[in-house]
Amino acid sequence: MRVYSMNTRSPKASPALRMTPGRVRLVLLALALLFLALIGRALYLQVAQQDFLQNQGEARFRRALVLEANRGVITDRNGEPLAISSPVQTIWASPASMEPVPPAKLRELARLLELGPAELDAKLSDRKREFVYLKRQISPELADKVMALGIPGIAKQQEFRRFYPAGESMAQLIGFTGVDGRGQEGLELAREKMLAGKNGRRVVLKDRRGHIIEDVAAIEYPKDGQTLNLAIDQRIQYLAYRELAAAVEVNKAKAGSIVVLDGKSGELLALANVPSFNPNSRKELDPERRRNRAVIDMFEPGSTMKPFPIAMALNAGKVNPNMVFDTNPYSIGPARVRDSHPKPAMTLTEVIQKSSNVGASKVALLFSPEQMWTFYDEVGFGRSVHAGFPGEIAGRLRHWQSWRPIEQATMSFGYGVSVSLLQLARAYTIFTNNGSLLPVSLTRLSSPLPAKPIISPDAARQMREMLMTVTQAGGTGTRAQVLGYNVGGKSGTARKLVNGGYQADKHRGLFIGFAPATNPRLIVAVMIDEPGAGSYYGGSVAGPAFSNTMAGALRIMGVEPDAPSNNSLLPVNQVPEIREDT
Amino acid sequence: MQTPLLKRLWQFVREPLDGWLMLFLGLVFVLSMLVLYSASNQSFDKIDNKLVYTVLGLVVMWGAARMRPQSIMNFAPPLYALGVLLLLAVHFKGVTVNGSTRWLELGITRIQPSEIMKIALPMMVAWFFQRFELSLRWWHYLAAMVLIVIPGGLVLKQPDLGTATLIMAAGFFVLYFAGLSWKVLIGGAVAFAASLPVVWNLMHDYQKKRVLTLIDPMEDPLGAGYHIIQSMIAIGSGGPFGKGWLNGTQTHLDYIPERTTDFIFAVYSEEFGLIGNIILVVLYLLIVSRGLMITARAQTLYGRLMGGTITMSFFVYAFVNMGMVAGILPVVGVPLPLVSYGGTATLTLMLGLGMLMSIGNTRR
Repeated sequence: MRVYSMNTRSPKASPALRMTPGRVRLVLLALALLFLALIGRALYLQVAQQDFLQNQGEARFRRALVLEANRGVITDRNGEPLAISSPVQTIWASPASMEPVPPAKLRELARLLELGPAELDAKLSDRKREFVYLKRQISPELADKVMALGIPGIAKQQEFRRFYPAGESMAQLIGFTGVDGRGQEGLELAREKMLAGKNGRRVVLKDRRGHIIEDVAAIEYPKDGQTLNLAIDQRIQYLAYRELAAAVEVNKAKAGSIVVLDGKSGELLALANVPSFNPNSRKELDPERRRNRAVIDMFEPGSTMKPFPIAMALNAGKVNPNMVFDTNPYSIGPARVRDSHPKPAMTLTEVIQKSSNVGASKVALLFSPEQMWTFYDEVGFGRSVHAGFPGEIAGRLRHWQSWRPIEQATMSFGYGVSVSLLQLARAYTIFTNNGSLLPVSLTRLSSPLPAKPIISPDAARQMREMLMTVTQAGGTGTRAQVLGYNVGGKSGTARKLVNGGYQADKHRGLFIGFAPATNPRLIVAVMIDEPGAGSYYGGSVAGPAFSNTMAGALRIMGVEPDAPSNNSLLPVNQVPEIREDT
Repeated sequence: MQTPLLKRLWQFVREPLDGWLMLFLGLVFVLSMLVLYSASNQSFDKIDNKLVYTVLGLVVMWGAARMRPQSIMNFAPPLYALGVLLLLAVHFKGVTVNGSTRWLELGITRIQPSEIMKIALPMMVAWFFQRFELSLRWWHYLAAMVLIVIPGGLVLKQPDLGTATLIMAAGFFVLYFAGLSWKVLIGGAVAFAASLPVVWNLMHDYQKKRVLTLIDPMEDPLGAGYHIIQSMIAIGSGGPFGKGWLNGTQTHLDYIPERTTDFIFAVYSEEFGLIGNIILVVLYLLIVSRGLMITARAQTLYGRLMGGTITMSFFVYAFVNMGMVAGILPVVGVPLPLVSYGGTATLTLMLGLGMLMSIGNTRR
C-alpha cells in the first residue's frame, strides 16, 4: 500500500494511486459499522425495548376518564329519603399557573367563598403548588359566580355531597360517607357496594396539548348505585329517638339504645342510640357518639333473660304457669341465690311477674347445662344476628362444658352471658311469632323470611300471657303499659361489671316487650345505661320510654287495640312499685 | 415519424442521469412522500411544496449531471469566496434567532450562508488539490486546512456546532481521499481527542446540555430531553412491523416535535417499524455504495475527491440524523437526506448528486 507522506519528497507519486484501495476499503468498513450501529439501535428500541417504550407512549396519550356513578339513595320503608346525594362544586386553584390578579377580584373571590383575605392569600401564597383546595362542597350557583370572575388558575370540580335528612336520630344506623364519597360508617359502609354503583370509564387519546382526540375504547357508562329501601319507618324512628333521648336525659344516664322490631316479620322498624351526632356537619366525631351501641355493645341482660329458661321448661312440658316454686333463698356451693323481695313461694307466673331469681334459677336447673346451652344457642345468644351492620357483635355464651353449677343458675337471670340489645330483642320474636325465631331484616320485606321454630305455639302463647302480668298491677313493668293495648314484656336491671367486679352504683335498666300482647305486632327494647337520677330499675327508667314509643308506633302502624275497653292506665304512684334487683 | 423524436427526447433527458442512483432515489422519494403525508396530518400543502422543490431539484441535478466536472470545478473559487463573504456578513450584520446568528436578511428572503458552504467548501478544497495535483507538498495540506478552518470557524462562532462539524467533516473527507498521511490523520485524531475537554469548556451551555441530554434524557424530560424521549418512544413503539401507515399515535397526537423536518425519521420508524428502518438504511447504503463506485472509477483527482466527499457527506447526514433521532448522537439540526421537508436542503443535496453523476459520466 502506498501512502503519500509529507516526508516523501517524491513528486512522482501517481495521482491515480493516491486514493488507494485501502482508504476506500476503510471507508466502506466504517460505513458498514456505522449502519450496523444504527440497525442495532433500531433493534434495541423496536424489539428489546418495544413494550417499555409503548407503555411510555401510552402513559402520555392514553387517559382513562372516570364517569362517576351516582350513589344510591337510602330510604325508609315508605320511600322517605334518609341519605341522598346532591351535586356540589369544589373550587380549587393552581397558584403555579396564576398570573397576578387585580386585588379587587381577589377580594370578591374571598367574599364569595367566605374566606378571610389573609386566609385566601395564605392558600395562594405557594407559587409552586399546582393544586390547592379553596373551598370544598359549595352550591353550584355559588361556584358559577366564582367562575364568572374569570380568574385564570381557578377551577371547579364536581363532587357529590351526602345529605342525611334524618340527622342525628339515625346517625349511627345510616352512618356517613367520607369526603371522597365512600361509606365510612354504618349502612353507608356495610352496603357500600350496592350504594356506590360502578363508575364508568372513558378511555381517550389526548394530544400533547391535552385535547381529547377520540375515544379509543367503548365508553363504559356508569352504573348508578341502587336504592336501599330500609325496613325502618322514619316516623317510628323519630319517635323512638325522641323518647330515648328524653329517658336518657330525665334519668341523667350515660347512654341508651332502643330497638323496634316487627314481631311478625323481623323487620327493623327503628334503631336509635343516644348520645348521637349530626351526620351532616360531622363536627362531633367523638367515638362515644358514633357507636351503634344497640348492635356493637354487649352487656349482661339481667332479668330480661328470665323468659328463656322458663319458655324452655314450658316447651318441654316440665312446668306449667300455675306450678308453685319454693322461692326461699338457697345455696349452690358457696354462692347464694336470693331475691330482693323474698317470698317463700311463687307460681311460675309470679316468678315472671315479680322477677324472681330463685324461681328462674330453679326452672333452669331442671335442665342439664348442655340442654340449656343448646336452647340459648338456638335463640341466637353467642351468635351474630347477621343483620348486616358493620361490627355486629355475637355476644358471649360460654360453652356448657365449662359451666359451674352456680353459673347455670345465674345465666337464667342474665348474668354470665352477654348479649346486644338487637340480639335480645330478636330473641323475643319466639314469643311474638308463635315460637319461631325470626331473622332481623334491615330492608323492607314483601313477605317474612323463614323463621326457625324454637318452642311450640302453645308454649309461646303461655309465655305471652305470663309476660302480660308484668305490666299489670303487681308486676315490675307497670310503667310500660299502653292505653288500649295489652302489653307483654320483661324488665331488667343489671349491675354493671367493671374491672371484673359488679358495681353497686352502676346499672343498666332494660325493658323489652311487645304489643298487642294477644297477637303481638311490635317488639320494643329499651336499654338505659347508668341511670344517675335516683331510680335505676329497668321498669322505671326504661318503662316510660318503652310505653311512649310502643303507643306511638302502634298508632303509626295502624294496629288495632286488643284492649279497647281498658281506657285507663294504672296510676303509677298508687301502685306499689315492684322492683327486681337483677 | 414521432417515435424517433420522442426517443431522442428521452435519450436527451436520460443520457446524463445515472440509472442506479435514479432508481434508489426514486424509491426513497416514494417513502418520503408517504411519511410526509402522514407527518403533516394528511394535508397536501407540504406534499405540494416538496413536489415543487423535487422537480426544481431534478432540474438542477440534471443540469449539473450534464456539465463536465471540470466546468463545475471552475465555479469552486468564486462560490467559496462568495460563501466566506456572506458568512462574514452574517457575523457582522446577521439576524439573531434564539441566541444564534445564522441568517442574513436579504429584503425578500432570509438565507443561511452556511448551507452554501456545505457544498462550496469541499468543492474548493478538491479544486485546490486538483490545481496543485502534480506538485503537492506538505504545505499544500496545511493551506487546505486553512481553507477548511476559515468557514468552519465562522459557522462555529454563530454558533452552530452541527453545521460547522458537517462542513469541516466534508473538508476533511477531501483531505482523507487526497491522501493525507496516516500519521497526520492519527495525530489529528489524538489531538482532537485531547482537546475535547477544552472544546467542552468552549461550548455554549445549550450545546453542553444537548450532549448531557444524550447521556440521560430523563434528566429533564419536559425540557432538553423532551425531543429525544418522544422520538425514542415513537421509534420503540413502532416495534418490528410498525403501527402501519397513518397509524402512528405519537405522530398524530402531536407528541413528536419537528415531525416533518428533523424528526421525520421518528414518524417513519413508528409507522413502518424495524422492517421499514432496514429498508431505508439499505437504500441509503445502496446510494452510498453507488457513489463510492463512481468515485473509484473517476478519472480525475477532482472527480475522486469530490465524488468521495459528496458520497461521504450524504452518508454523514443520513447517519447523524438517524443517530440523533434514535438517541445515539446529540441533537443537531440535520435533516434526513431526501426525506425531510425543506427546500434548501433538497436543492443542495440534488445538486451534489448531480455533480456525482457528472463525475460518473466523464469516465471513458
